[in-house]
Amino acid sequence: MHRVVITGIGAYSSIGKNVEEVADSLYHGRSGVGLDPERKAMGYRSSLTGLLTLPDVRDFIDRRRRHTLSEQGFYACVAAREAFTMADIDADYLDQNEVGVLIGSDSSAAPIINGIDDIREKGTTLLVGSGSVFQSMTSTVSMNLSVIFKLRGISFSIAGACASGSHAIGVAVTLIQSGLQDCILCGGAQEVNKYSVATFDGISTFSVRENEPQKASRPFDRDRDGLVPSGGAATLVLESYESAMKRGAKILAEVVGYGFSSNADHISIPNVYGPKRAMDMAIRKAGLAISEIDYINAHATSTIVGDDNEAKAITEIWGDKTPLVSSTKSMTGHELWMSGASEVVYSILMMQNDFVAPNLNFENPDENSARLHIPALTIDKKIDVFLSNSFGFGGTNSSLVIRRFR
Amino acid sequence: MTKEEIIDKINSVLEEEFEVDKTLFLPDAPLMKTLDLDSLDLVDMVVLIEHNFGIVLNNSDFAGIKTFQDFYDFLYEKLN
Repeated sequence: MHRVVITGIGAYSSIGKNVEEVADSLYHGRSGVGLDPERKAMGYRSSLTGLLTLPDVRDFIDRRRRHTLSEQGFYACVAAREAFTMADIDADYLDQNEVGVLIGSDSSAAPIINGIDDIREKGTTLLVGSGSVFQSMTSTVSMNLSVIFKLRGISFSIAGACASGSHAIGVAVTLIQSGLQDCILCGGAQEVNKYSVATFDGISTFSVRENEPQKASRPFDRDRDGLVPSGGAATLVLESYESAMKRGAKILAEVVGYGFSSNADHISIPNVYGPKRAMDMAIRKAGLAISEIDYINAHATSTIVGDDNEAKAITEIWGDKTPLVSSTKSMTGHELWMSGASEVVYSILMMQNDFVAPNLNFENPDENSARLHIPALTIDKKIDVFLSNSFGFGGTNSSLVIRRFR
Repeated sequence: MTKEEIIDKINSVLEEEFEVDKTLFLPDAPLMKTLDLDSLDLVDMVVLIEHNFGIVLNNSDFAGIKTFQDFYDFLYEKLN
């Protein structure tokens, strides 16, 4: 079985337009959350959201290829370019080798709604344009990245709700371990517009702390009242150890464990034992003792039940001696399909720069979070191994264990 | 619209949409090749013409259009 290493990372998020900006925001505990007044006008219960601007990609993507890109596709192109550049993979390499692409993505709402609105208004499908269909599909990001970057290996999207990005990494790891692919660009992408999460808002899951936007996302805090939706894109270049060595690439970290499970329980309410099984499996696959995990990047979204049950699952494994646990969603909001990938990128940045990002707005613990070792402020600390949790609707769970390369 | 007005407007619209310098739009130049159009681009050409001139074309309308001059003549006829 091949070892799987990470040689490039890229991010475009509410806390930074590249990994350097993101690392700075993580270290300084900077929030990317704000308000979108259009949502309120549309009938949303909460206008809180991560704030992003659409990147200008005209310098490296031509008109025809931009035309089929959804909003999240733009984010993903910027993140992919950054990851490939960091990995020292250029167009010639991509032309001569089979590199795959697996992106976590579970919907693309705005192009569907805009397209149908156009058809209703004009009374014909002839005037919807050619880009809409390619922007609308769940696989929109992977198919566009494949065409733009000439990725000629495996190409599809992983739809696993809010664990999509994490499962995409896990599936990529599995394919590389088995020898079916040498190198895969993987990650997650999430649109951030007034259509993207309207139905999600309808089940009253979002925080309504609109008078203090940057205090709204407060995972594990006693006074949390829901999550803040967000998005962007994060990508990682994964490859076999042999492939990285052959290229002379700088290795950033190694993925040593992927664990997964399903709750097979409630459609939206997470439980304790599904997540625990995913974490147990990831640690077992990594061949590590629980004491070797230095940091857990929690899924914790700032909902009452979700955070409670994750805290209980962590405590079930570690007892009262947990590693440092923080949720970077306290800064970014919940990046949904992207989050499982972005939080691995964020944690790698912490590993590279020897710190644990704060769990912003963690002012008062509750009964369950009091048992976790949660830093409210940045801690300077060397991380050798971290575990990243991602859980999604329908009870799908994914845990990844990443180790400093040695 | 006069033919000159149509030519001015369509050249500007094509330059902006397809990102090709309009100095290349010579009357005898081949439309598809100069603009580097594929079948999907023709779908967008239909949208473009409807949006800017208010007429709805079919893809089949492009069958007889080979040059820019053919295209200008076609639009002039449709608009008048």
